[in-house]
Amino acid sequence: MTATASGIVGRGGEAAGQLFRSWFDGLTAAAEEKRGAAYVFVMGSVTELLRCFDFPIVFPEINSLQTAVRHVAHEYLNEAENYGYSPDICGYVKADVAVQLRRGAHPMGRIPKPALAVCTNACNTYIKWGEIWERMHGMPMFTLDIPGSRGAGVTSAPGSEDFERERAYVAGQLGELITLCERVSGRAFDIDRLREHLGHANTMQAAWRELIDCNRSRPAVFNALSDGTIYLGVANGFRGTAEGAAFFRDLLEELCYKAANGIGTVTKEQWRLAFVGVPCYPIFRRFAELFTHWGGVFVNSTYLWFASGGSHVDFQYDLERPLESLAAGVLRTVRAAMDSMFFQAPSLAEMIDPFGIDGVVFHPIKSCRTVSTGLADTRRALMALRDIPSLFIESDLMDRRVVSEAQLKNRADAFFEGLAARRAQPALAR
Amino acid sequence: MAHAAGVDVGSTQTKAVVLDEARRIVGRALTDTGANVMQAAERAFAEALQDADLREDQVEYVVGTGYGRYKVTFGNTQVTEISCHARGAVHMFPATRTVLDMGGQDTKAIRVSPTGEIVDFCMNDKCAAGTGRFLGAAAVALDLPLAELGPTALRGDRPVKISTTCTVFAESEVLSWVGKGRKIEDILLGVHESIATRSLGLLRRVGIEPEVTFTGGVTKNQAMVDVLAQRLGVSLNVGADSHFMGALGAALFALDRIVAGRAPAAAGGAA
Repeated sequence: MTATASGIVGRGGEAAGQLFRSWFDGLTAAAEEKRGAAYVFVMGSVTELLRCFDFPIVFPEINSLQTAVRHVAHEYLNEAENYGYSPDICGYVKADVAVQLRRGAHPMGRIPKPALAVCTNACNTYIKWGEIWERMHGMPMFTLDIPGSRGAGVTSAPGSEDFERERAYVAGQLGELITLCERVSGRAFDIDRLREHLGHANTMQAAWRELIDCNRSRPAVFNALSDGTIYLGVANGFRGTAEGAAFFRDLLEELCYKAANGIGTVTKEQWRLAFVGVPCYPIFRRFAELFTHWGGVFVNSTYLWFASGGSHVDFQYDLERPLESLAAGVLRTVRAAMDSMFFQAPSLAEMIDPFGIDGVVFHPIKSCRTVSTGLADTRRALMALRDIPSLFIESDLMDRRVVSEAQLKNRADAFFEGLAARRAQPALAR
Repeated sequence: MAHAAGVDVGSTQTKAVVLDEARRIVGRALTDTGANVMQAAERAFAEALQDADLREDQVEYVVGTGYGRYKVTFGNTQVTEISCHARGAVHMFPATRTVLDMGGQDTKAIRVSPTGEIVDFCMNDKCAAGTGRFLGAAAVALDLPLAELGPTALRGDRPVKISTTCTVFAESEVLSWVGKGRKIEDILLGVHESIATRSLGLLRRVGIEPEVTFTGGVTKNQAMVDVLAQRLGVSLNVGADSHFMGALGAALFALDRIVAGRAPAAAGGAA
């Protein structure tokens, strides 16, 4: 069958919307049936393992950002602040606290209570967040301690003795998690089910890497900030599932078709940009328009790296050795996610030429110090490595009270004026 | 002879500059912005035309800049004040590598390349501490005219410590120092040092490279110029028209349009 633009272009976005609705319908049903869920986070979700125990999977980070995208985050934030949480802490946490106080009521349905929570040390807030659920619901929280890169990005190489020691350390923790999951769910661990989920995760992870690489084409086939965030939702919410694997197979077909036929994501691509940080969800569309208005397209984003839990790294599970391989995979991907937040400059410098990047936009946010602290230094480090224009703008991922659109626009406009002047300079010199 | 104009609608004041083809300033005007931004732009432009002894139809191209640039409805296009201040500064002081613009609500640090393009810029975020408004708050608290702040501060010798966190809180801090019996001169010198500290933070973020050109309304305040120069360890480029630098830059972009047949903003595709 020959693919046509009318049949293929745009179907990824539609399919993602359908998958999201079905996911939240499932969560609503679970809440009504009083089935306890596994609460997980995007960095180190280990859903491949948790699905073996039939837990409904809840990503509180995704629930929270959905309240911002749907323009009701302020109601949730206010409720948590009235309850006693500070305006200065993570907006995701506060929106989730309000969801819990509302007994799971959420704009997309109803969120079931947690039966257990699994977090990693990739974000320091994860651990304190999990403790809130422990207090509220009296359920167990399991923290995976993942050895990260050492200072200045020094990492144990796969195959080395150091790596094997770290892998064994993670494997030991996963063994304890399996015992906990068996106890909480009342189901015995089935290694063949794990193998099946790992197989789907392999398909998705390979597709994720290819998807990012698709945007080397000119014009870019998707906007890493807007479209990319939608794809990210499926990558996390459906990780290790047949639906997720099918979605990414279809999506890749669409993106390859667009690349082959020169179909871009904006009408006239003028500037190819990289995004560093977390999106501004309270004005998600308008934020992207600050850039698309000038013909600017985000062709890559560190958000696609760390918020995919490090799925951008070249790793495939060995289905012959599922448990050992799961430990290696968790170690490598979570570590890659952390590196994408803390040691970004070399990776950013490396992608400038292959992706044809004209400028880099740094977007620190008020309510997440983990991902924002150090971005000013990263920018300097990048500028020392490469002569690349950059923009530094601050807002928030949840809280519209600290989003100043006029100031954002002023800075974005000045950035593009600078890019235009820079492009005109060689012409003037001739 | 062709003429071009730039109208800089700032949060506090609106400035207009008219240039001739030789890039000489032939007219300038300054007016308070007030609540009606559009009227302020029109008024400033009309006064600059009067100063230049020109009619409106003798000005071929007008660029609007500043926060109210989209309210310069008679203008042909808009350019941000960041680009305009850099352009004006490099025009007036060609060896400029760093620009510090201190306006009513914004302080901008801009680094420019030897060819005059913007390499990096940084502005105060979400708070007017470290801007002209900070001086305005001190003037209100001490019941002094704005123009007397600088000369009074210059007589100070033991500056008090004023926090750099918030303009509104600074006002109460000033009053508390008055209550403690400190001299007005020392309090005001402290206010100037507080603003300089904030500005230095912005400048360091873009990297300080001489020559440093100081622009915006606060350039008229000699105490601010002196304190900044002392802190930076270099003298600052300040001219009689530094207050008009944004409007000058806008007028230069307008002249480009006339001369080259294209506007700088049009190169980026937006207006």
